[in-house]
Amino acid sequence: MKTIAVSTKINGDAVDFVCAPDESLLDVLRNRLGMTGTKEGCGTGDCGACSVTLNGRLVCSCLVLGAEAEGAEVGTVEGMAEGGTLTVLQQAFIDHAALQCGICTPGILVAAKALLDQNPDPTDEELRFWLAGNLCRCTGYDKIIRAVQSAAAQMRSA
Amino acid sequence: MRYARPTSAAEASALLAGETGVTRILAGGTDVLVQMKAGMVEPDLVVDIKAIPGIREIVAEAGGFRVGAAVAGAELKAHAGLRAMWPGVVEAANLIGSTQVQGRCSMAGNLCNASPAADSVPALVAADAVARVHGPGGVRDVAVLAIPAGPGKTTLAKGEFITSIFLPARPANASDAYLRFIPRTEMDIAVASAGVSLVLDGAGKVASARVALGAVAPTVRLVEAAAAAIVGTKLDEAALTALAAAASAACSPIDDKRGTVQFRTHVAGVLARRAAIIALNRAGGMK
Repeated sequence: MKTIAVSTKINGDAVDFVCAPDESLLDVLRNRLGMTGTKEGCGTGDCGACSVTLNGRLVCSCLVLGAEAEGAEVGTVEGMAEGGTLTVLQQAFIDHAALQCGICTPGILVAAKALLDQNPDPTDEELRFWLAGNLCRCTGYDKIIRAVQSAAAQMRSA
Repeated sequence: MRYARPTSAAEASALLAGETGVTRILAGGTDVLVQMKAGMVEPDLVVDIKAIPGIREIVAEAGGFRVGAAVAGAELKAHAGLRAMWPGVVEAANLIGSTQVQGRCSMAGNLCNASPAADSVPALVAADAVARVHGPGGVRDVAVLAIPAGPGKTTLAKGEFITSIFLPARPANASDAYLRFIPRTEMDIAVASAGVSLVLDGAGKVASARVALGAVAPTVRLVEAAAAAIVGTKLDEAALTALAAAASAACSPIDDKRGTVQFRTHVAGVLARRAAIIALNRAGGMK
C-alpha cells in the first residue's frame, strides 16, 4: 500500500506525516505522532473517545482518514492546557471527580470545549444532547454535567 | 486501497468509471469508514469528493437552495435561510448520529448509503428535492425519490455520483416537518419515520402536500393517498384520521428486534399525522 504524505496543522503547529491511505486520523495521532491523549474506544463513531476538532468542527477522529487532514486544522486535547496549567474546564473535571477510568475524558473535554466556545451558557439539556455521542461507563454522567456547568459559570464570570 | 482527492467532478467520475475494483465515494465518511472498519467493504479506490469546488457550499438558486454533496449536518443547522425555508429537511438531517457525526455527515451520503431508515431521505422526498448526478455521460438531475433502489443499493450507474441536492423555492404559507420514532432520545436509528411538506392556500387550507415515510419499506415511500387525504382541508380530525390510515396502508415493513410489522405500520400513521400538524403550524395555518 502506497503511503501518502500529509501536511496539516495540529493545535496550531505545522505537522507533516506519512500514512497509509486507509489509516484513520486517530491512528495517525496515536501511533505516528505519539499524541496519545486522543483515545480509541469503539473505532466506529459511537463513543466519542476519539473526539477532535477538524477545521473547527467536532468530529470523531476514528471516522476521518489521516489523508483528509491535508491542509486542515486539527485540535486535540493536547492543545488545551497551556504548559502545565490546566484550563478551567480541565480543573473542573478534577474538582468534581467527573472521571474514574479516564478513557472518555479527553473526548469529553474536547467536545465540551467545542460547545462552550459557541454557547457559554448551555442548559443541562443542551449539554446532555451535545454530549450524547460521548459515552462514559463509570460516572453516570451527572458529575460530568456538573463539572462542565461549573466551568462554564467560572468562565462566564472571569 | 488507494485514496484520491480529485479537484473536479469530471475527474472524480473518470476515476470512478475507470476503476475495475470496488470503489467508494468519501464525503463525511460516517457510513463508509464504519463499513470499512467492520470489514463490510474493502474498497480498492476511495474517492474523496471534498476538494471539488462548491461541494461543501449551500448556494441560493432559483428561490431555493442548492446543498453541496459534502455539506455536513452542522453546516445545515448553521444556515438560517435554509432552516427557515426547509425546517423539516434540516431537522431530519440533524437527527443523524451525534454532534461528532453531525460535524461530517451529509444528506447526499445519507441518501447514497441507501438505508431504508435514513432520516434525511423522507424529508427530502417530501420536499421534492432533486439530486444532481455527475457521471461519465455528463450531468443529470434526478428526483431524490428515484435514487434508492433497495437497502444499500442506489440507481446510480458506474462512475456516477451526487454533487448536490436542490431544495426548490417555496411559496409563502408553506412548510415541512419530519418525525421519527426511536426507543430512546438520541443516537438511534428510526423504527418508523414520516416527512410532510405542505402549501396552504389563502384560506388556510392545504393546497398541496407530499407525505413520505421511512423505515417501513425497502426504500423511502411517497404516499400520494396520504397527501390527497389532507388537500382541501385545514387538518380537521377526519382529514388527519384519513391521512394516518393512508400512511399506514402504504407500509410494508420488516419485523425485527427494533419493531414489529404491526408497530411500524401503526406508528408511521401516527408520525405522519403529527408531522402534518407541525408543518401546518409552521406554514402559518391554525389547527
